[in-house]
Amino acid sequence: MSRGREVERRAGFTQRAIRWVDDRTGSVPAARKVLRYVFPDHWTFVLGEIALYSFVVLVATGIFLTLFFEPSTSRVTYDGSYGPLQGFTVSKAFASTMDLSFDVKGGLLMRQTHHWAALVFVAAIALHLMRIFFTGAFRKPRDVNYYVGLTMLMIVIVEGYAGYSLLDDLLSGMGLAIGNAVALSFPIFGADLSTLIWDGQFPGSDEFMSRLFIAHVLIFPVLIAGLLSVHLWMVARPHHTQFAGPGKTERNAVGSPLWPIYALRSIGLFFAVAAVLFALGGLIQINPIWQWGPYDPYRATNAAQPDWYLGWLIGALRLMPPLEIRAFGWTLVPNPFFGGALFPLLLFAFLYAWPALERRITGDRRLHNLLDRPRDNPMRTAIGAAVLTFTVIVFFAGSSDRVFLEAGIPYEGQIVALRIAVLVAPVIVFWIVKRTCEDLRRTNAHPLRDFPGRVVRRTPSGGYEPEP
Amino acid sequence: MRRIELAIAALLVSSAVASIAFVVVYVSGADTQALGGTLGAGLALLAAALILASRRLFPSAPAVEERHEFAKPPEDPGATMGPAAERSEGLAGEIESPALQITRRRLLAGAAGVAGTALGAALIVPAASLGPAIDGRLSRSPWSAGIRLVDEDDAPISPARIGERGFVTAFPEGANKRELAAPVIVVRIDPDALDLPAGREGWAPDGLLAYSKICTHAGCAVSIPRSPLYPPQAPRPALVCPCHFSTFDPARGAEVIFGPAGRALPQLPLAIDAEGNLVAAGGLSGDVGPSWRDVEGGT
Repeated sequence: MSRGREVERRAGFTQRAIRWVDDRTGSVPAARKVLRYVFPDHWTFVLGEIALYSFVVLVATGIFLTLFFEPSTSRVTYDGSYGPLQGFTVSKAFASTMDLSFDVKGGLLMRQTHHWAALVFVAAIALHLMRIFFTGAFRKPRDVNYYVGLTMLMIVIVEGYAGYSLLDDLLSGMGLAIGNAVALSFPIFGADLSTLIWDGQFPGSDEFMSRLFIAHVLIFPVLIAGLLSVHLWMVARPHHTQFAGPGKTERNAVGSPLWPIYALRSIGLFFAVAAVLFALGGLIQINPIWQWGPYDPYRATNAAQPDWYLGWLIGALRLMPPLEIRAFGWTLVPNPFFGGALFPLLLFAFLYAWPALERRITGDRRLHNLLDRPRDNPMRTAIGAAVLTFTVIVFFAGSSDRVFLEAGIPYEGQIVALRIAVLVAPVIVFWIVKRTCEDLRRTNAHPLRDFPGRVVRRTPSGGYEPEP
Repeated sequence: MRRIELAIAALLVSSAVASIAFVVVYVSGADTQALGGTLGAGLALLAAALILASRRLFPSAPAVEERHEFAKPPEDPGATMGPAAERSEGLAGEIESPALQITRRRLLAGAAGVAGTALGAALIVPAASLGPAIDGRLSRSPWSAGIRLVDEDDAPISPARIGERGFVTAFPEGANKRELAAPVIVVRIDPDALDLPAGREGWAPDGLLAYSKICTHAGCAVSIPRSPLYPPQAPRPALVCPCHFSTFDPARGAEVIFGPAGRALPQLPLAIDAEGNLVAAGGLSGDVGPSWRDVEGGT
């Protein structure tokens, strides 16, 4: 009896609370709809969520970092607790990052987690983009949302670069020198662009550091957060896509309801992502700037590597032959333009143009809520694989100095071989992938999931016959 | 009615004039009071035009909308039902119908366009405050004849310090070492192996050569010396940039022998002064650092 009243009283509280909110917001009908929202299930659908939750960790750890970091190029003498650098003249940006790492409790954990989260963030977005591309999820009505996602990816890459460039260590200084050269290399307006950003000649004035800082902690994050909101709203509005299957049509969504199954799983995923990132941040060292040292334009180090998501750009800069277009005493197109600007711009132009291109090629202008398997559209899959091959080979060119140091394969030979491979391999991959997709589509085999062979049985008379 | 529309158009055009005046003031000296006055006038005139249009251009009978009970979901068949084409037509009709009653639509639209464009120009122009216009600073150099070479600790450099292997980084005495054109790399090459471009006779006393340390590809510091262990078989001595591995041949005026750099490192002619230390015999032979529009190329 008393137990029943207890339950009633608790239910009464929940209802009273809902009533209180609803009287003031009128949000109950919408909330009921949201709780019953159905998420189709597939393991590739978590990639975007991992990106989202990495962003949450980035914002949280980033706020902590801004409480200690000083974005200033003023020169100070380092006198923190890291012995080998005591007495060195460094910038305040570098010194405050050192203090943050060595003299602030939990500071190094936050800094390293922030860095790891950035790497995972971009990786999750890149894989998410591949999922969207190869399953045709970018088709109408989601093409505009696909453009929103691509725009976020571009901003995120620049945001990450701005972030690790703030520290003013040797590695990031070299990265900024390259960024400056790429800005300078734009035909016609490159020099104006570079002097506007750097406030003069590289390494720039003190204001440059203020600009880099505010871009990293305010302008780009706000842009990302705004686009992210639009992105999620535009995902939810037409509901998620799903693969074809029993009971799944273009007009329904089959999967788990938001409450309680999906919500618990997704919040669980958030904590799992945070767990991995904080464990990485605490256990695996990343970007130890005390080993690189402070930056001056006349210093450099061998085997320097940027964060992974810039590997394709450094690779492109390295692969490009020494071509510079000059005429009438002017340099019309300086060399870094080809690898550092033209290549990424063309790649993104391809990605932006693809939905319209595909509509033109296939003549298919219908709405699509069911996803393609990669084999269902051999042309798209083959073109995507060829472009991906090109990009991945260029990416590996960015590691060729490490390959030389670790494996002793001569650097110049690697570059010559990769210059050939980057032109030949995409053609071969295109052909192989297209043939494979067509075969798979014809036979409807699933080599990764099903047993591909047939069982043969020996008969009592000694012959063999296939099992039905 | 007509007088109102003319008045609105006049306000819009005046707003455009004020915005353009802001641009003119910004370009010619940027007096703060004049800047604030013109931009304020441009915005205020635009505000006046819009408020006047909203008050006087349309029939002023009050519109009535029923308030929905929070508890029930709002029923608006027009917003949620029907095929997409009908819905978009309905919305377009709602947006356009009041405007249909306006006379002189084109005049007003044109005036609004002019005002908007001028205001946009006024708002974008302050971005020019970000940086200096390009002047000589992108190609400036602290080097000229007679300037002594010093090391990182400001000590003069005697030729004896420079061996056949490795290099020494040097700076112009008294200059800012962080300036892009300041650092040079000094190496020693057997004088018999030298093959410098024409006109550089005497630039390399005793086979001592100085080149700008800033890579002509992407601006990193050229900091890897390639010193062959077995000269007849191994590749030539070279200076290599660790960023994208542009490789320069110091015996031949630092011409590019591998990698993406589009031109040679500029050379600094050297001499040895009365005290036996290295000194510049002239300025650098070309533009320092990455190429840009005004770089002529060559060496």
